[in-house]
Order: sequence, then structure tokens, then C-alpha cells
Amino acid sequence: MSGFARPLKIALGLAVIAALIIVPMNFNRYGLFILSQWAVMSIAAMGLNLTLGYAGQVSLAQGAFVGIGAYAAAIMTTHGWPLPAAILVAIVLSFAIGWVLGYPALRVQHHYLAFVTLAFSTLAFLVFRNESWLTGGIYGISNIPRPHIFGLATNKPLPFYYVCLGSLAIVSLAVWWLIRSPWGRAFMALRENPLRAQSLGIDTRRYTLMAFAIGSALGGVAGALYAPLTQYIDPVPFNLSLSLDLLLMVIVGGAGFYFGPFLGAMIAVLLPEWLRFTEGYYLMLYAVAVMLLLIWSPTGILGILDRYLAERRTKAASALRAVAKSRLETVQ
Amino acid sequence: MSAVLEVTDIRKSFGGIHAVNGVSFDVREGEILGLIGPNGCGKSTLFNCILGQLTPTGGEVKLDGKLVTGLRPAELNKLGVSRTFQLLQVFPKLSVRENLILAGQEHQGNMASRLVGRSDAGLTETANQMIGFFKLDHLADEPAGGLSYGQQKLLDAAMAFMGGPRLVLLDEPAGGVNPSMLADLKERLVAINREKNATFVVIEHNMEFVMSLCSRVMVMAEGKVLAMGRPDEVRKNPAVIEAYLGH
Repeated sequence: MSGFARPLKIALGLAVIAALIIVPMNFNRYGLFILSQWAVMSIAAMGLNLTLGYAGQVSLAQGAFVGIGAYAAAIMTTHGWPLPAAILVAIVLSFAIGWVLGYPALRVQHHYLAFVTLAFSTLAFLVFRNESWLTGGIYGISNIPRPHIFGLATNKPLPFYYVCLGSLAIVSLAVWWLIRSPWGRAFMALRENPLRAQSLGIDTRRYTLMAFAIGSALGGVAGALYAPLTQYIDPVPFNLSLSLDLLLMVIVGGAGFYFGPFLGAMIAVLLPEWLRFTEGYYLMLYAVAVMLLLIWSPTGILGILDRYLAERRTKAASALRAVAKSRLETVQ
Repeated sequence: MSAVLEVTDIRKSFGGIHAVNGVSFDVREGEILGLIGPNGCGKSTLFNCILGQLTPTGGEVKLDGKLVTGLRPAELNKLGVSRTFQLLQVFPKLSVRENLILAGQEHQGNMASRLVGRSDAGLTETANQMIGFFKLDHLADEPAGGLSYGQQKLLDAAMAFMGGPRLVLLDEPAGGVNPSMLADLKERLVAINREKNATFVVIEHNMEFVMSLCSRVMVMAEGKVLAMGRPDEVRKNPAVIEAYLGH
């Protein structure tokens, strides 16, 4: 996303943040629900973008971690625990399970790894459905309370939207810090050239496990917000199709781009609403749009922008060189 | 002079093929050892065994007298063994400076400090010095993928020195580099060898380059050491002429 002048970028960022705070004040209950869902899915997709986009480890299990976080939050908050404590437990739990799920990635890669994570996804779904003593089985868990933040009730849609938005802001800052730290560089090295990375002292095993664990932990955070958002959970939303949806969000937005997940989640959550007038054709239109996009730009929507900016830079550079050359010739 | 690297009877077989078949040698502190031999003689396999990218079938590798056989590449790198690659292995999307920072960052602090500390791991200054040393100043902020082949070779070499290595294994540093760039590269390698007291092992097919750069040359053929000695001795060795140099 370089290529824009810095002040312009900051102004644009502030405008978007202001809009996200102010505009929804007039939204109805449904609009706020959709927007909250966008914030929650952005968090989950950002986690997958770390694992897949930056560190290059394919995972079809992100939906399962959203489920783990959601169940952790649902079980704890219906037993009287505050939501922040539940979020903490969701983070620790999905971090630990994500770490363990990372071990197969030390041996297998790409589609083989996809299959391993797919198996895990199915396993998690079966646990949610069959372990009724804990998860309520197919009847799920209802009456999930929304939290009081600093003594303020967030039962109403608008305050809870701000909870989701605030969480998204915190996660965004943390991820931004992470990807520009040496860790982010090591993740990228892991994706681009693991052999070279090793020869530079990068402990690829540890970073691979970390990429899985941190990405999964963000899935857990998203889940812990999803439960109080819908206030009722059952196993169905956390089956494989959620993992595939999240994968699609990351890829459509642009894997390995910081803003990819925001954009991808927006398309995946809002597009169905905009295409509602097409009635039954929505999924078909969506599928065709995704196929066309990926044929045109395999690196997603932000990949198009990136290419355009790179082209402009190259043109500017060669124009500068041409000017410099003609000056030299004049001097001679 | 003490030996930085001691290799004793190292062997590596792939099925029935003995790619490296009982190679022993040592590398003295501060020297530049050349490693030559026909294609398929086991030079690269030997390198990979020393660097931990392959586990040797038998034998020992010692670094400063400490047994390091079977350590992983990242662990060996932390102990001061660095390498360059035969084929270009820079990170094309990162700038020249970022490539160098990446090459040094794991030698700074620990996992925690690399997460919460400075994003350049305190290496911008060192990277800039390295950029100056390898004369890449005008390219510091360019993505490495946009550099010419020779410039990428220079960067690849520079990356090997970011961690302050004891021992650097260079795999065909001169391959595909044009003559004027080659003179530059050689001059830089000699300078860094003297200034940093780093020890080199160089695989190379360019005889002129090897003979003028190295203090000793080891010749391999069919997985074994054929000859070892000063460049002028090796050049006259009949077995070497027969197997590799030609008449």
C-alpha cells in the first residue's frame, strides 16, 4: 500500500475510523448486526491472514477456532464469568490448540496441510455437536449475556457494535505491530523461502508453530465476540463452511496484505445483503465474481491495487532516469 | 593456527550412491579454502552436510573443536556458520536494507525482544554499513527483486555477513557474474576476510577466481578428496589435471 503520500494515508485512515464510529449511529438493529459481524469476521480473517498470508501455512481450521472461542465464551458467560475473562480463556485455549495443530505443518505443506487442518475442523465440529454435557449438543447454548464494559451495559445493538469495533481496533494494532516486527519479517521469510530462512538462523519450526498459534488465537477472539453478538450458538455456524468462508475472505481481499481481511470480510458479509434483490441467484453471482477476480488477479483485490502502484512507481522511476539521461547528454 | 572447521570421514549416501565417500579436511582460522571438482563430485552435498541441510550417513563435523554434526541449519547459523547460495536466494519483495536486517535479526536478542523491541532489531546502522561496504548505496531502498543478477549476488554475499559469522561457505559466488562485477566481488571478499577475520570455504568453477582468491584449494572427485594444497601445487598435480582441469 505504499505509493500514497503519508499525510493522505493518515487522513484516509482517520476518515474511515470516524465513519465507522459515527455513521452506524443511525443504523437499525439489523444494520448494526451486520456491521458487528463484519468486525468479528475481520478479526478471524486477520488471524488466518497471519497464518496463511504472511507465514504461508494453509489452514482450513480457522472456523473451528472461532467455534472454540465462541463455546468458551458462551459456557463461561452463562455461568456468570465476565466477557473479558472469557476472551482471555478463548485466547489461551485456541493459542494452545493452534500450537499443537502447527506440528503437522512441520512435516507436510500446502494441500496435504490443508487436509490435516480439514480433519481437525471436522473433529472440532463433532466435539461441539456430540459433547452435549459441555456444549449443549445440537440445541446449543442460548441466552448468552452481553457484557458490562466499565459499568455500561452493552445489551443494545449500538453499544455492542462499539465493543466489536473496539476489539477490532485493538487486534488491528497488535497485528500491525507484529507484522512490522522482526517476527513479521521472519513469517514472510518462512513463506517465501524456508531454506534460505534457516540458513539465516531463523528457527522455522518455532515460527511456524507461532504463526499457527497466533492466527488461531485471533480466531478464538473472534469467536468469543461472536457468541455474545448472536446470543445463541449451536454447532452449525462453525462447520467447515465457515473455515472456507474465512479462507475466501483472506484470498479475495488479498492474502499477505494488511488490509486484505477487512476488505475480504466486508465482501463476504455485506455482499449477500447487497445481492439480496437477486434472490436465489446470490451464491451463483458470488461464485462467478470470485472466479473472475482470481483469474484476473490471483493475489486478490489488494493485489490489483499493488500492481497498479508498482507500475506507476516503475514508470515514474524510468521517467526520472530518462530525464537524468537527457541532461547528461546535453552536458556532453 | 587453530582449525575453525574440522571434518572427519564424512559420508553421505543416497540409496546405493555414495555422493560423499569419506572426506576429511580442516579449515584454518582466517583462511580462504577453495573447493573445486567436476559437476556431481559431491561438493554441494558436502556443503549441505556441513551446514546441517543434510544429515550425514557417517562422520563428524567440528566447529571450533565442538561437535556439531546433525545440528539444524538455524542452530549452526546461530553458532556462526553462514552461507551463500549457488542460485539467487534473496527475498525479492523486501528492499536491500530489509534483506540485510532479516539476515541479521535472529542474532539479536531473543524471541521476546524480537517481538516487542524495535522493528529493525537495532540493525539499520549495521545494514547501512554493509550496504556501503558492498557498494549498494544507491539501491538500499529498492526491492531486491529489481536488482541485476550481479547485484543480487553481492546482496546474497552481504547477507551472509550480517550475523558476524566465524565461517562462511560460499557456493559458486562468481557464477553468472560479469567480469567487472567479479573483480569487485573478489576485492570485497578479500577485504571482509581480513577486516572481520572470517574464514571462508568457496565452491567455484571459475579457476582464475579460485586460484587468485584462495590460500589453499581442495579438489574433489567422485565423492573423495583428490588433492589439497596451495593453488600452484594443485594446478600442477597430474591427478587433478586428469580428473578436472584438463590438458
